[in-house]
Amino acid sequence: MTTKPNTIKRQVSSSSNILTEEDKFKMIAENVTISYGDKSAVNNVTMKFKEKSVTALIGPSGCGKTTFLRCLNRMHDMTKNAKVEGKVMIDGIDLYSKEIDPIYHRRKVGMVFQKPNPFPTMSIFDNVTAGLRLNGVKDKKILNEIVEDTLKMAYLWDEVKNDLKKPAIELSGGQQQRLCIARALAIQPEVLLMDEPASALDPIATQKIEETITELKKEFTIIIVTHNMQQAVRVSDYTGFMYLGDLVEFRETKKLFTDPKNELTAKYVQGQFG
Amino acid sequence: MSINKRQQYRTLFKQNVERRLFVDKIVRLIVISCVVTAIIPLGSILVEVFKNGIAAISIEFLTEVPGSIGSGDGGIGPAIQGTLIVIGMASIIGVPIGVLSGIFLSEFGDNKLAKSVRFFNDVFMEFPSILLGIFAFLVIVLVLGHFSVWAGAFALALIMFPIVARTTEESLKMVPVTYREAGMALGLRHWVVTIRIVIAAAKNGMVTGVLLSVARIGGETAPLIMTILGSSLFFNNFDTPMDALPLRIWRLSLLPYDSAQLQGWGAALVLILIILAINIGVRTLVLNKNDTYRFGKMIKEKIGGTK
Amino acid sequence: MEKKLVTPHKQKINSDQIFKIGATIAGTFVLAIIVLMVYQLISESYPIWEEEGLSFVVGTDWNAVEGRESFGALPYILGTLTTAALAMAIGVPLSIGIAMFVSDAPPKIGAPLGFLVELLAAVPSVIYGLWGLYVFREYFIDYIEKPLHSAFGDNVWFFSGTPFGLDIFTASIILAIMIIPTVSAVSREVMKAVPQQQKEAAYMLGATKWEMFKLAIFPYSKTGLIGASILGLGRAVGETMAVTMLIGNATGASAIPSSLFKPSQTMSSIIANEFVEASPAGLHLPALIGTGLILLGIAICINIVAHILVTRMLKVKEGAINN
Repeated sequence: MTTKPNTIKRQVSSSSNILTEEDKFKMIAENVTISYGDKSAVNNVTMKFKEKSVTALIGPSGCGKTTFLRCLNRMHDMTKNAKVEGKVMIDGIDLYSKEIDPIYHRRKVGMVFQKPNPFPTMSIFDNVTAGLRLNGVKDKKILNEIVEDTLKMAYLWDEVKNDLKKPAIELSGGQQQRLCIARALAIQPEVLLMDEPASALDPIATQKIEETITELKKEFTIIIVTHNMQQAVRVSDYTGFMYLGDLVEFRETKKLFTDPKNELTAKYVQGQFG
Repeated sequence: MSINKRQQYRTLFKQNVERRLFVDKIVRLIVISCVVTAIIPLGSILVEVFKNGIAAISIEFLTEVPGSIGSGDGGIGPAIQGTLIVIGMASIIGVPIGVLSGIFLSEFGDNKLAKSVRFFNDVFMEFPSILLGIFAFLVIVLVLGHFSVWAGAFALALIMFPIVARTTEESLKMVPVTYREAGMALGLRHWVVTIRIVIAAAKNGMVTGVLLSVARIGGETAPLIMTILGSSLFFNNFDTPMDALPLRIWRLSLLPYDSAQLQGWGAALVLILIILAINIGVRTLVLNKNDTYRFGKMIKEKIGGTK
Repeated sequence: MEKKLVTPHKQKINSDQIFKIGATIAGTFVLAIIVLMVYQLISESYPIWEEEGLSFVVGTDWNAVEGRESFGALPYILGTLTTAALAMAIGVPLSIGIAMFVSDAPPKIGAPLGFLVELLAAVPSVIYGLWGLYVFREYFIDYIEKPLHSAFGDNVWFFSGTPFGLDIFTASIILAIMIIPTVSAVSREVMKAVPQQQKEAAYMLGATKWEMFKLAIFPYSKTGLIGASILGLGRAVGETMAVTMLIGNATGASAIPSSLFKPSQTMSSIIANEFVEASPAGLHLPALIGTGLILLGIAICINIVAHILVTRMLKVKEGAINN
């Protein structure tokens, strides 16, 4: 089963306006509007995410960046009252179309949450393989192989390889978060969503997470929400700035921060509001 | 891991999705049938009680004394009167103790004594009510030498006060600390603050707790068996046996006559109307949405059902 | 510069202290009652313990005839435990299913349904008995008991005995219905206590709703669910009227549970049936009170275990997650 990445030949409209021809997009969110009841949280946002890149979403609290992130793997199916309009396409298939079964496709987009949330009753090994077991993988060889592979990718293997049966909650906060990354990677996603993954962690753990992200982007498409602008600069290739549900500006990270086109962006980036 | 390997795994995954969705559907069906299975008896009970009981209802039925056994004459007048009297008396005894206990737990509740009071209060609430009837028999009926309303009221009060204590405590606790602080800042004494300000704010919850516990004891039978015993006469004085609706229903069910069965349904209808009226009325009228949720958890756990 | 806050200190103490003392007395009332009650039960049942000792607990006689008095509570202990266990076997799965539905359903559907299930708890026990006696029994005999008996009666011991409807089976089913409100309500609270993040983690992995329950909710709330079930067991053990009306009221050795279709007796039902008639002169009344004492012991143990389990689940897991 091979997948063809989406290819665009011409320049696109205002919102994500810097990616030129022949660029390959893993994921495209088109005209996404999310509302809770009659309150609108995300207004008609369009973003395109390049393959094997890291895109950061920044903006003040309540701007809709987390809400937007969560619609990329249909997490809002779980939320009462939430209404999502628009398309989210991964390799050309719209996740929100009626024919698509979310169970299968949600797996393509892994997610890491703000606070580490390993399953408390399970060991490290079982946490990583949780998604695999759901999908019917029983072969011990395969499980072991994937566990080692993902824990290595998450920079956790060396620290836990001798004691994989240890309960996951006995790990430190930073380790738990890396475990969650490994757990998300185990189901072989193609896109990885991260919602402020280091905000609950100390600086050293944060650094490790950022190193992990930089390594991971060699294989995966990563979208990361962060309130830490320096982190966005360190880690991402592209950055989208959102404000009150609108996508204000979306450009290459260096350009957005050093030479923002929009006044609002400039103000935010200079720390004039937060 | 190579790209190829990853692709291999991805194909692996697609194969069992249909089965997983099928299992999910089956579980949903099972779960819904659980709900239906629980609602059916409720529906049936209400329907049957209404259907069968309504045939028995008449003014005579509601006001006369029972006729001779098996004749089908007479009514359940004393039983209705007895129920009202005994739960009234029980409330007079049980509510003050319960409310004061609740105040103790809420306002003075940070020490070891209060912790053990709370624990034993919860333990006591779970005592089988027939044993409370035995206790009332031993300390009142045996001592006074006869069955009496006092004994019945005492037994029911014992069921009531722990419930009222807990519901009072929870209601008082829901009142924000700021109310108390404001009162103290005005220079009011502690007990004045508690009664005038805190209780006034917690009124809804407390009244609800009391009413629900009244509904609960109204349906209790077991503790009444060996305390008020039952009777075919109207209330005379507190020192004699008395009838009550649940008791009469039970005694009627032991008789083999169709007329007794009919009267039993009639009495059941009256009893259930009283209890449902209190339950539904309290939950829809007295409690607003917020209270209902926070209260609901406690009510479900603490008040439970009759024995 | 020092400022003195002037408070009418002395006056405050008096009325406030009275208030505190009064409240404390009311609070400790329950402790006094428990002590008094246990004392009374022990002392008034003392004659039977003196006469028979521990063989009262394992004896199966039940003879009130003067001169040949002999009592044993074992059949009723077994009756209580059997009906309670059966009630749990039927009621707990139903309750957990209901809790699963209500905890996950949108509030518009979940709240009214939850309310209806709780209304089951408002129905008095004696009315359950009435309904069981005159309505449920007819259907139950014809559609379930008789068919089971004719199909398996000869081979399977617990289907033997011609079904008459006043037996362990009927009593247990009604009991199961009666514990549903409690067990499902507590189970629902326990399930709702599972943090949203856990459920999200499961969904993120692509889990179906049922799989989410298996991954996130059940492991997390297992202890609490067991606690809820044991709470239901406690209710079942203490239940009196509905059981009395449906269990057939056997006494002595013939009350020992031997088949689903045979009549039996529980500790609470023997008390309800015989207490008023028992003469205080002999051993009959002490025997009944002694039975009540045993019932109290069992009920207290069950409820303490249940409460520990429910509260422990809520504390431990929170602590672990917050690291």
